[in-house]
Amino acid sequence: MDLAELHATAERERARRKAIRVLCCTSSGCQASRSLELFHQLEAAVTATGQDEAVEVASVGCMGFCGQGPMVRVEPADLLFERVRPEQAAEIIAALAGEPCSVERGDPNHPFFARQVHVVRRNGGFIDPERIEEYIAAGGYEALYRVLHDFTPAEVIQEITRSGLRGRGGAGYPTGLKWATVAKSPGERKFVVCNGDEGDPGAFMDRSILESDPHLVLEGMAIAAYAVGAHEGYIFVRGEYPLAIQRLTRAINQARKLGLLGSQIFETAFDFKVEIRVGAGAFVCGEETALIASIEGRRSQPRPRPPYPAEKGLWGFPTLINNVETFANIAPIIEHGADWYASIGTEKSTGTKVFALTGKVRNTGLIEVPMGMTLREIVEDLGGGSPDGTPVKAVQTGGPSGGCIPARLFDTPVDYESLAAAGSIMGSGGMVVMDAHTSMVQIAQFYMAFCMDESCGKCVPCRVGTVQMYRLLSKVVAGAATPADLEQLEQLCRLVRETSLCGLGQSAPNPVLSTLRYFREEYEALLREEAAAGANGTP
Amino acid sequence: MSNRAPANPAPAADNRQKLLEATMRRYQYRPDALIEVLHKAQELYGHLSPQLLASIARNLHLPPSRVYGVATFYHFFSLKPQGEHTCTVCLGTACYVKGAMEILTTLETEAGLKAGHTSPDGRLSLLTARCLGACGIAPVVVLDGVVIGHADAETLRARLHALLEETPVAS
Repeated sequence: MDLAELHATAERERARRKAIRVLCCTSSGCQASRSLELFHQLEAAVTATGQDEAVEVASVGCMGFCGQGPMVRVEPADLLFERVRPEQAAEIIAALAGEPCSVERGDPNHPFFARQVHVVRRNGGFIDPERIEEYIAAGGYEALYRVLHDFTPAEVIQEITRSGLRGRGGAGYPTGLKWATVAKSPGERKFVVCNGDEGDPGAFMDRSILESDPHLVLEGMAIAAYAVGAHEGYIFVRGEYPLAIQRLTRAINQARKLGLLGSQIFETAFDFKVEIRVGAGAFVCGEETALIASIEGRRSQPRPRPPYPAEKGLWGFPTLINNVETFANIAPIIEHGADWYASIGTEKSTGTKVFALTGKVRNTGLIEVPMGMTLREIVEDLGGGSPDGTPVKAVQTGGPSGGCIPARLFDTPVDYESLAAAGSIMGSGGMVVMDAHTSMVQIAQFYMAFCMDESCGKCVPCRVGTVQMYRLLSKVVAGAATPADLEQLEQLCRLVRETSLCGLGQSAPNPVLSTLRYFREEYEALLREEAAAGANGTP
Repeated sequence: MSNRAPANPAPAADNRQKLLEATMRRYQYRPDALIEVLHKAQELYGHLSPQLLASIARNLHLPPSRVYGVATFYHFFSLKPQGEHTCTVCLGTACYVKGAMEILTTLETEAGLKAGHTSPDGRLSLLTARCLGACGIAPVVVLDGVVIGHADAETLRARLHALLEETPVAS
């Protein structure tokens, strides 16, 4: 494969396309609402009405508005249909020929769509993720070609550094710096690992990216491998995501067949092969040293750092570990340049971030917004506020490692530093909206139960501390706690945060600390009930 | 291909052993392929029996303690047989906020069994999941592999009831 062939492939694909494309989302979320059946019905309806010449039906990735799925989009007219049932397929196809149509119409200019900026999700919902030709026709693999021919590895790292991209897994470590460390670490072999162990409950950005545009991630990994001098890569995907695994497997095979992965990519001396590793269900795998242990076939228990994986990772070799969304940003940065990327977002947090907006909000789904947008804009403008008029109370970001931000702080811009200052974290991108019906104490208890179950058991503060914190929280929820219990809970929080071995334990107290900080009255209200009971003679 | 041991031929109907061996061979019996092999074994047999774990340990040249340790560490692997039907309630944050606990309680009452258990007659396993990544259509329940979004307790109770009323498969 060379550039001319790449362009010829893109040209053939564009020539193959029919005048009207009916795009039907077949991601996991919409599949659960029978979108596969809908897809087949749409195809049958096209044939039945003799429109085969002009109309094609394509199975595409996530369009984002998952709460309104299944979604169908018609191009080039830019018609959007929501909550489509398979029985309505014929009606949609008839509408193409000018018949009236009663299917629920979506508005492509709805703030949910209009306020978004698509970098990572630019192909989501537009291309068939199971056909590499569609990715190539959208300009895919050109960035890899340019990197291999026009850039030295050092220049690639410089470009990524200048873009200001920071790790999208949650901690926000500068990506360029990480790459530079791996590049200069000596090692006979080096590895690139994509962390797709999206364990935070309430987060599904990585699943959607892998299902909707797997090649974007593969291309980013290949560019990273070239930059750091690696020839082998692993993608670690949660076992809970069978469709992502299936589409990724297919994508790797297609890329290999076209010489875009494997040996002598684009007829250069650069080799890069990728293997998939399927997770077996352990939240702690998101921690990088635990992830490495899992790829090596062991229990995923973290080890102390340093040495960091950048120096000693998989089998002791220098290893670059980045999250799915981080890799998905790479090709666009190379294509449009670091300056373009740095112009999006804020000074310290550049670019966009994908969030899974869920919970008690009218519009649920996946959004990609520039960094620095405020929580209020996200919840009220894109999310449409509360679905039933009950006031929104808080937004939880960062999953079990994050915190709850109260409504009065909704003018906080979404960037790494501001969220940390508000007592939460950016996290991988889960954003769960809670309303007045949600008890914050129970939410804290819910997350603590999660951390208690998921603690790997290696270090004592996390293994024992999470159990004790959970018991204290349960005592509060049951209305049996005293002010002394609350004090002990806070002490334990600090202890576990400061003495645990890895991020899981260090951040496990966050949901408790942030709810105590902003919703202390909810805890105290439960205590007072106990005090009253005590006055009635209970010991 | 050539070193397949013909010593104890499996019954013609059961080629699961062969498929498992093919997987191990593909990974060249490397110890680091343990998790991939366990995935395959569970897919083929439904659960990981002590005999199966021992045989995997022998093939990958690993101590049985290591294989047992890995199999029990990860949530995905089950050492007990699953019920004929499975019902998994997602308890991720989005589902939780939208009332997944109510659904779970309803289903527990309907099935007369606690989450995480299989009914004594082996008809049903009632399970929970941490997050299935389908938060956009929360709350989510998976009934025999079919994902049900925007789930509500009453409809699910009826569906589960109907499922359990069907005549059991003769075994």
